[in-house]
Amino acid sequence: MIIIGNIFILIGTAFLCLGALGLVRMPDVYNRIQAGTKATTLGALSVLLGVAFHHPDWLPKILLIALFILLTSPVASSTIARAANRAGLRPFTIPTNVSEEK
Amino acid sequence: MTTSDTPQTRLKKTRQHVKRFNHQVSAQYRKIDIKNEPRQRRFVIATLSLFIIWLLLVGTLSLSEIVVGLIVAAFTAWLSSEHLAILDHLKLNKMTPIHVLRYLGVFGVALLRANLDMARRVLSPRLPINPALVEVQTRLKSPLGQLILANSITLTPGTLTVDIIGDHLQVHWVDSTPGKDLKQATHAIAESFERHLQEFLE
Repeated sequence: MIIIGNIFILIGTAFLCLGALGLVRMPDVYNRIQAGTKATTLGALSVLLGVAFHHPDWLPKILLIALFILLTSPVASSTIARAANRAGLRPFTIPTNVSEEK
Repeated sequence: MTTSDTPQTRLKKTRQHVKRFNHQVSAQYRKIDIKNEPRQRRFVIATLSLFIIWLLLVGTLSLSEIVVGLIVAAFTAWLSSEHLAILDHLKLNKMTPIHVLRYLGVFGVALLRANLDMARRVLSPRLPINPALVEVQTRLKSPLGQLILANSITLTPGTLTVDIIGDHLQVHWVDSTPGKDLKQATHAIAESFERHLQEFLE
């Protein structure tokens, strides 16, 4: 049980790490939000699952935390994206002529 | 009530009062009709969901916890039922839990795919993205349905809900190669969720 839990926590932290890497590599705010939201949601859920394997009696509370993360995390990122859109930020697009030149 | 009443008539009058009162109470109870009265319907839904959250939070099934939880949940739901118009659009019947579970399954698979997809994009040295803002049309009319649809779109592969205007969702799409116009984007992004959400939402 402990080992399975550790594996899930490891996967979760790996996804969180990828999310951080995505924040650095992506070209504009929308893509950064994308990388951040998805990776942190699944990463947090996976860590929670691992904790549930460590302490099975915490399962109901962990379910509740997972539910709130699933509800709030996309709302938060949508709100940031909406604010960026209203501030007039255009999304990054790959310039077509550059890719043709190559 | 005049002073000339004998005790017998007074007793009789009191009995009539009690009878009328009982009749009114039972009429009130008969009025509880969760199909047609939105406030009572909201009250029942809110009480049940708050009670489930309470049970998850306390994590035990002892009698005292259940009783306190029911009382608190019912009181909170009663206080707030006037403002919970968002719950009016749930379609409740015997099949609802099955539809919700099926939707959660689809959603979970999409969430996993979203993460693997994002990991692949972030890790590959070329950074294979082709982002664009596209519009998606939804058939869901209710605010709750649009909220859940927007959340699902945000958490699924390569898409992020930016804004909702009427029944059009603005979506930021990392890989917009399947097509940028309304019909193609709707088909690629929203339709599978919409089909499942429509089973239990308007």
